[in-house]
Amino acid sequence: MSTLAGKAQLATSTGAAITVFVLLLALAAMVWAGVPLVLVVLAGLGASGFVVGRARAQALADGRPRVLHSLPHFHGWYLALMVFLPAFFVWVALSIAQDPVTRTLVLNGLEERLHGAGALAPSATFSPQATNFYYDEVQRAAHGESLVVERVERVGVLGDAVDRGPLIRQIREDAGRYERLWFIGDGLRLVLPLALAGFAFSFAARRLATDFRARNRVEQWVVYALIAAATISILTTLGIVFAVLFETLRFFGKVPATEFLFGLQWSPQTALRADQVAASGAFGAVPLFVGTILISLIAMLVAGPIGLFSAIFLSEFASSRFRSWAKPLMEILAGVPTIVYGFFAAFTVAPFIRDLGDLVGLDVAAKSALAAGVVMGTMIIPFVSSLADDAISAVPRSLRNASLGLGATRGETMTQVLLPAALPGVIAGFLLAVSRAIVVMAAGLAANLTVNPLQAVTTVTVQIVTLLTGDQEFDSAKTLSAFALGFVLFVATLLLNVLALYIMQKYREKYD
Amino acid sequence: MTDATTPEGRRRVSVQGVDLGLARRYAKERRLKWLGIAAIAVALGLLALLIADVVLKGYTAFWTTEVRLTVDLAEAELDPDGTRLRADLEDANFRGLVNDALYAMFPAVEDRLERRRLRGLVSGQAARDVQRMVLNDPSLIGTTRDVWVLADTDIDQLWKGNIDRDLPENRRRVNDQVVGWVDQLAAEDRIRSAFAWNLFTNADSRDPQLAGVWGAIVGSFWIIVVTTALAVPIGVASAVYLEEFAPKTRWTDLIEVNINNLAAVPSIVFGLLGLAVFINTMGLPRSAPIVGGLTITLMTLPTVVVATRAALRAVPPSIRWGALGVGASRVQVVSHHVLPLALPGILTGTIIGLAQALGETAPLLMIGMIAFVVDIPDGPMSASTALPVQVYLWASSPERGFTEKTAAAILILLGFLIVMNALAIYLRRRFERNW
Repeated sequence: MSTLAGKAQLATSTGAAITVFVLLLALAAMVWAGVPLVLVVLAGLGASGFVVGRARAQALADGRPRVLHSLPHFHGWYLALMVFLPAFFVWVALSIAQDPVTRTLVLNGLEERLHGAGALAPSATFSPQATNFYYDEVQRAAHGESLVVERVERVGVLGDAVDRGPLIRQIREDAGRYERLWFIGDGLRLVLPLALAGFAFSFAARRLATDFRARNRVEQWVVYALIAAATISILTTLGIVFAVLFETLRFFGKVPATEFLFGLQWSPQTALRADQVAASGAFGAVPLFVGTILISLIAMLVAGPIGLFSAIFLSEFASSRFRSWAKPLMEILAGVPTIVYGFFAAFTVAPFIRDLGDLVGLDVAAKSALAAGVVMGTMIIPFVSSLADDAISAVPRSLRNASLGLGATRGETMTQVLLPAALPGVIAGFLLAVSRAIVVMAAGLAANLTVNPLQAVTTVTVQIVTLLTGDQEFDSAKTLSAFALGFVLFVATLLLNVLALYIMQKYREKYD
Repeated sequence: MTDATTPEGRRRVSVQGVDLGLARRYAKERRLKWLGIAAIAVALGLLALLIADVVLKGYTAFWTTEVRLTVDLAEAELDPDGTRLRADLEDANFRGLVNDALYAMFPAVEDRLERRRLRGLVSGQAARDVQRMVLNDPSLIGTTRDVWVLADTDIDQLWKGNIDRDLPENRRRVNDQVVGWVDQLAAEDRIRSAFAWNLFTNADSRDPQLAGVWGAIVGSFWIIVVTTALAVPIGVASAVYLEEFAPKTRWTDLIEVNINNLAAVPSIVFGLLGLAVFINTMGLPRSAPIVGGLTITLMTLPTVVVATRAALRAVPPSIRWGALGVGASRVQVVSHHVLPLALPGILTGTIIGLAQALGETAPLLMIGMIAFVVDIPDGPMSASTALPVQVYLWASSPERGFTEKTAAAILILLGFLIVMNALAIYLRRRFERNW
C-alpha cells in the first residue's frame, strides 16, 4: 500500500516537474517574442495560481473528492483568472492612457509658458498643428534625437511669431518633464498590475473552501468572454457606419450632397495649386452609378437565364448522379477570386468582343461594359442557380405530386406550378446576386455617362480603388469622396438584401 | 347504330386531339429540358474557358530562357592581389566579365550601340549569378567556365515565341540583328529553356524576368495567420454563444441580424473601414500584413460564425440532454461534447472562409498593400503585398513579360485555393456523420 502511495507521489512530482518545465519554456518563448516583461510575469503568476489553487483544493478534499463542490482544477482556474485578468486589464488601460495623459500634462498651460519665456510673441497664439509639432519636438528631445527647429530656420506650422532660442530651451525643459512623467507612467504600469495580482491572489486563495462554487465562477467568466466575442460583430457594424459615415459627412462639407448624387460630371482630380483651372474637381457620381447599374444589368442578363434554366434542370430533370458532380463544378465559378475575372475580362473577353465588333463594323471600346458585364455574369451564375434551386426545392412535394397526378407533364408542373410558387425566392435570389455583381473590378476607368454596352464605363468599386491607391492627402475631397462612394455601395447592398428578405417573407406562400 | 358510332367516332377524334396535344406538350417539355442542359453546358463551358485561358497564358511563365556564356574567370580581373578574400571578390567587376564573354561570342560586333544591344542579351541577374558561383567556389578563379545565365526579358519572350518574328522590324521589341544573334545562339546550342525558379524564390521586380511571387506568398501567409488567429476563436466563440447560451432577447436578435447583414457587405467597404480605423485612427503601419489580417478578419468573421452555427445545429439535442442528465454544466456540455462533435464541420466552414479571404483583393488595395515591395517580408509588421494584389499589380503592368507572370500568379493562387478546398472536402467526407 505504502509503495503504491509512494509511486503515486513520485508520478505527481514528475508530472509537476514537467509542467513547471513546459511553463518556463512557454514564458521564455514569450520573452523572446517581445511580449512585455510585466505580461510574462503576470502569465507566470496566473499559471502558478492555477497550480496553487488546484493543490489547495486537493488538500481541502483530503482524499475525498466528493466533499468538494467543484473539481480541483476549477479552483485552479478560478485562482488563475482572478490573478491574471484584472491585472491584465489594468495594464492594458494604463498602456492606452499613458500617451494621452502624458501629453495633456506636458502641454498643460503651454501658451502661457511660451509667452512667459519669450518664445512666442505676446499676442500670438499656438495653432493645434503647432501644438502637435511642439509635442513631437519634445518627444524627439526626450529620445535624444536632433530637433527640427535646430536644423530648420523657419518651420511653417509655427508661423513667424516664434523666437527659436527660447523655444528650444522651452522644448528641452518640457522634454525633462516628459521624461519624468513617462518614467512615472512606466512605473505605474509595472507596479499597479503586479500589486493587483498579488492582492487578488491572497483574496481569492482565502475564498477556496470545500463548498466554494469555483466552477460556477469560472463558467461565468467563460460566458462573459463568449458575449464579448459576439459583440465584436456589432462593433464592426458600428465601425463601418461611423467611420465611413463620418468621412462621408466631411466630404459633403466640401462638396454638396446634391452635387455628388445628381451631378453628371466625374473627374476627381484636385489641383496641386488653388489657382489652377478646374481646381476643385468634379464630383458628380451619376456616371459611376449608371456604369455600375449597366454592368450589373448585363451581368444579370447573362446569369439570370443561365442560372434559372440550370436550376430548373438540376432540380427537376437531372439524375442525382449528374447533379452531384455538376453542382459542385458550377460552384467553382463562385469560388474563383474576383481579380481573376478582372484579368479574364481585360485580357481575353474584352479584346475578343472588340475584334468581333471590328468584324461586323462596330466600334467597340477596349474595355467595354459588355465584357465586364459578361464576366461578372459568369461569376454570379452559381448564386442565381443555387438560390433558385433552393427556392424550387422549398415548394412542398404535395403541390408537385398533385400537378403530376392531374396529368401535367414535368415541364408543365415546373413552369405552371413550381416556378410561380417559387417566384419570390427566385426574385430574392436575383437581387442577392445583383448585390454581388455590383462590386465589379473588371471595368475601365473612363467615367462616361452612357448606356451603350459597347462603350467603356467605370464603376463605383473601380473608382474607390483608383481614388485610394495613388498618392493621397488625407483631407482632400478626392480621398473623402471614396468614402462617400463606399457608403453608397454599403447602403445599396444593404437595401438589396433587405428588399430580398422582404420579398421572401411577404410573398412566400404559406402551405401549412 | 349510328347513335352508337357517333360517340365512338367523337371519342376517336378527341383521343387524336389529345395525342396531338400530348406530342406538343412533350415537345415543350423537351425544349425546357434542353434549355437547362444548354444553360449548364454554357456555365461549365465558361468555367473551362476561364481555366484554359489562364493556363494557356500562364504556363510559359514557369519556364525561363537561359544563355550559355563561356566566361573567362581570369585571376587578373577578379583578384589581382590573389587574396581570395570575400570582400575583394564582392567588389570585382563580374559585369565586365559577362560583357567580355558576350563580345567574345560575337567578335564581329564593334559598334558602340550594337555592343550595348549585345550586352542586353542577358539580364542584370547574370553578373550576380556568376559572382555567386565564384564566391561559393573561389578555386574556379583562373579557369574558363560555361555558365547558364538568365536571358533578358525580350530574348525570353522571343525564344518563347511571344514576339512575332514576321512583324516589320520597327513594330517589334527586338530588331533583326538581335533575332540573328538569338538564331546563332540556338545554332550553337547556347540557349535553352529552364524551370523558372525565380518565380518561386523572388519578390516583385521591375524586370519581368526577375519578378517572383514568393514575397506575395509570404505576405498572404502572414495575413492568413493573423486572420486565423483572430477570426477563428472570435467567430467560434460568438457562434457558440448565439447557438448554445444566448437567451432570446432584443440584444441577441440584434447581433443575429447584424451578422447576417455583415455577410452581405461588399468587401471593399471593409477595406474602407480598415483604412479609417486601423491606419488613420490607430496609426498601424500601411501595407503591413497585420492590418491586412485585421481587415480580412472583420470580413471573414460572419462566414466563420455562420458555418460554426450550422455545425453546432447539426449536433443532435439528445447529446446535450444526455450530458445535462448526468450532471454536466452547460459550459461542460459545450466544451466536452458539442464542440468536439461539431469540430469537423467548423473546420470545413472555416477553411472555406479562409480560402475566400485568400483570394480577396479590394480591401487590401485600400490599406496600401499595393506598394511595390522588393524584399521578402520578415513578419506581420513589415511592408508587403499579397498574392491577389500581386495579380492586380502585374495585370496593370504593360510589359509583355508581365502578362504571362500575371496568369502564372493566378495559377499559383488557384492552386492554393484548390488545396484548401480539397482539404475542406476531405475533412467533410472523412468526419461526416449522420445521427
